[in-house]
Amino acid sequence: MALQDYKNVWILAEVQRGKLSPTALELLTAGRKLADDLGEKLCAVLLGHNVRPFAQELIDYGADIVYVCDDTQLENYIDDVYAKTLADMVKTYQPNKFLIPATNRGRALSAKTAVFVGTGLTADATDVTINKEDGQLYATRPTFGGNLMATITCARTRPEMCSLRPMAYEKAKKQAGRTGEVIAVPFQREKFTSAAQFIEFIKSNEGGLDLSEVDVIVAGGRGLGKAEGFALLQKLADRLGGAVAASRAPVDSGWIDYRYQIGLTGRTVRPKIYIACGISGQIQHTAGMSGSDVIIAINKDPNAPLMKTAHYAVEGDLYEVIPAMLEALH
Amino acid sequence: MHIVACVKQTPKSDNVKIDKETGCLIRSGTESAMNPFDEYALEEAVTLKEQAGGRVSVITMGPPQAEAVLRDSVARGADDVYQLGDRAFAGSDTWSTSYALSKGIEKINALHPVDLIICGKQTNDSDTGHIGPQISAWLNIPNAAFVKKIVRLNEKSIVVERLTEDGSEVVELPFPCVISVVKEISNPRVRSIKGRLNAKRATITVWTADDVAADKSKLGIQNCPTRVVKSFVPKREITSVVVEGSNGKEKGAKLVTLLKEQKFI
Amino acid sequence: MDYAINEMEQEVLNATREFAQKKIKPVRAEMDAKEQFSREMWEEYRKTGLFGLWLPEEYGGLGGGITCLAMAFEELSRACAGLALTPGTSALGAIPMFLAATKEQREKWCPDLASGKKLWAFALTEPEAGSDATALKTTAIKDGDFYVVNGTKHFISTGKEADFYTVAVNTNPSRGARGISLLVIEKGTPGFSFGKKEEKMGIRSNPTYELIFENVRVPKENLLGSEGRGLLYVQETLDYSRPGVAAQAVGIAQGALDTTIPYLRTRQQFGQPLITFQALGHKVAELAAKTEAGRALVYTLTHRMDNEFLPAVKNALANGTTVHDELKKIKGARWTKYSAEAKLFCSNVAMEVADECVTLCGGIAYMRDFPLEKYMRDAKITQIYEGTVHIQKNEILTALIKEYAAKGDEE
Repeated sequence: MALQDYKNVWILAEVQRGKLSPTALELLTAGRKLADDLGEKLCAVLLGHNVRPFAQELIDYGADIVYVCDDTQLENYIDDVYAKTLADMVKTYQPNKFLIPATNRGRALSAKTAVFVGTGLTADATDVTINKEDGQLYATRPTFGGNLMATITCARTRPEMCSLRPMAYEKAKKQAGRTGEVIAVPFQREKFTSAAQFIEFIKSNEGGLDLSEVDVIVAGGRGLGKAEGFALLQKLADRLGGAVAASRAPVDSGWIDYRYQIGLTGRTVRPKIYIACGISGQIQHTAGMSGSDVIIAINKDPNAPLMKTAHYAVEGDLYEVIPAMLEALH
Repeated sequence: MHIVACVKQTPKSDNVKIDKETGCLIRSGTESAMNPFDEYALEEAVTLKEQAGGRVSVITMGPPQAEAVLRDSVARGADDVYQLGDRAFAGSDTWSTSYALSKGIEKINALHPVDLIICGKQTNDSDTGHIGPQISAWLNIPNAAFVKKIVRLNEKSIVVERLTEDGSEVVELPFPCVISVVKEISNPRVRSIKGRLNAKRATITVWTADDVAADKSKLGIQNCPTRVVKSFVPKREITSVVVEGSNGKEKGAKLVTLLKEQKFI
Repeated sequence: MDYAINEMEQEVLNATREFAQKKIKPVRAEMDAKEQFSREMWEEYRKTGLFGLWLPEEYGGLGGGITCLAMAFEELSRACAGLALTPGTSALGAIPMFLAATKEQREKWCPDLASGKKLWAFALTEPEAGSDATALKTTAIKDGDFYVVNGTKHFISTGKEADFYTVAVNTNPSRGARGISLLVIEKGTPGFSFGKKEEKMGIRSNPTYELIFENVRVPKENLLGSEGRGLLYVQETLDYSRPGVAAQAVGIAQGALDTTIPYLRTRQQFGQPLITFQALGHKVAELAAKTEAGRALVYTLTHRMDNEFLPAVKNALANGTTVHDELKKIKGARWTKYSAEAKLFCSNVAMEVADECVTLCGGIAYMRDFPLEKYMRDAKITQIYEGTVHIQKNEILTALIKEYAAKGDEE
């Protein structure tokens, strides 16, 4: 089969715990542009149990076709089962491009599927375009922790697969009166088996992320004024995929546990982004975070030491600034 | 039990410097080390061995200097170490690399049956996270990724807890299987003195593509499905900026705009 | 300067330096503040194999000597003297056993000691017997196949956490000091309990306890060597362990300098970095010189000791004899004077360096959230335990007098 016989842009619409992931709408934005540039259709893929109802929503937001594979075996994510199902669908319908969200699930699923299909995959792309000369997908992604960007393509195999970083694209807008085709794909139980078994889901109660692991840290200091301030910081941390930390003052006041303390007598961290909220920035604290790539200071006092050395200084009340940030991030 | 850990030698995270003109990694004078996530993976493998009995084999694909990461593995408690070394492998993407590693693992399996294959979540240079799941695809065995904890295991299977964006999921995988782990899985020990001394004397087994019966048409920069057409340093001006706005609300929104512009978020 | 003379010693330095940075530094302030023994740190020590450095490979140890032990103690103390005591006091508690033990006793106790599975501690001091160890009152009276032990020990490092205690007891009170023997008593033996936990100035992360013995029946197999030879083994132990304390002191001094010099380089007053003020810079230079002198003395001494110690250990294992007897055969120097000199000099240097460093850094160094005052609080104990500076001077003087008396008043 010739490369030009592969048609259409596919996106995987992830459904987790009965909800459509926001990444589905982001992928529709990216996918729509690719499909339009190719002059081909945009198709969404739904795998799961009781996922059929999401099909119309995907059409409303831009999909031309929605492939639905709905089965109790797909209710919970098992890598083998999903990958085999997807690979089979790809072999049957032969899409040109396939975007999968780079969520935890998506990164593993796209990788496994790419091997089953026998095609190339770019991980965690932040930008995807069609190269006008040859219709290839150019996927740009960060490497070396974001220090170097690489643009990758897959010349000889189809579909060209790519996992797309969440929040790299804006969510698609709803368009009234859209119609599209819904195609039911049968789930083949004997073929799509796995010896692995899903046991249970455990909801996370607190952030629980390792401070040395995260890219973003939102830290609170004396300027928080009260223990409850950390709840607001946690919201921002969650939104940015990061963790909460503290300078010494809140720890001494009992607002947060010692293990979150950053500084000379606490931990040293080097995240990509360190957002210091209500922290003056004495050496005892800065010694623990000065290695961060981007330091943002939010403080009512424009003369606080950290406000002079931070990359971004925001003079203001964190209880106004952070909610505004959260809104802008939505 | 027999555990195989896959490791990679990568530039030390602190030292990554990109030549602004060529867009390439400045390799000379750059220290290499074991990919940080692999340290955690190997620590978990060694801990499992210490608890359950058995052996830990470590495999890497890399040029001759990658031998250092295998000696490091011995210092951390690995029993046997293997290097896939062959010009044919050079320039492989993850699809080809995982294929090569899977052939190496097959050969190790022929020596001593393998129960568990453990990989770090991703490398700090390519950052893809593909290798673990792709090895499982080549070998056609189950896998789980983003594993933060091993709940329990017996001779036949392993129960793991893997991270999701909203919590974690518990899954059971029969042996043989592949898990890719995150840093929560373990707390890497400081290498023992005996380990450091043994590392210097360890025997490294080197295998070529032919030794592991790898199909060369799947390997290397010429044959792997993806290729890099361009690389560039992202333009980021990091200077001191006072965020403008007439009140906290405006400044908050402006900050987000600035950060998005610079692609920090 | 690094004083490693072989690969093993160099790797000991490498491993303990890495351990100090990665494992000890992040938690030292918390452990000091909470005055808590860390089981997690014990486990980390075990995983890195830092308990068996000085024990033979036959028992699972590294096969190193006193130098390896001292180097580890220095580098770990450089980060935290208190946390360094977990392997440090296990060595101190076990050295008397290792010197005096028969082949059977070694085989019974050394493997778990070397792996760190079991911790040891040394119990000599009593309320009425500090510097004057001969005044100890704990008795151990023979009753069939057992000794019945009664008495109290206090100020015992790693008390309650340790599993085995080398206890100095009197098996023949009518003979006074000549009745003192060493018994190994295991935690959990009926009648053996723990009393007061001390709150200390420094080394707070190491638990210091009172030990209470009430009719504790200890099997006669737990006697080390023969009855009445206890003080001999204690003296021999101190000869080998005092350089360890001296090494700890050097580590404390170095740690204080490591914290001070970077601070003096960045902190500016009167328009210039503090270190550019000659009064301050010169003081730093002095302190560094003294620290290096102490270090050189410690390792020169331990390397000499190893020239006897390592062959003696080898012979003891080969011949099935005690290490103590093999050391006697080698008939080398008596170490007492040199060990005392090392401990005297280095502990005074540690206290001086830590004290001066706090002054150099000023107000911020007086505050608990700057990691310097802890070095001063920790340094103090090195001038006290395993013999105070006054006792060290006594030892040195006694040795000098003996030396010169033997030479006669010649020249």
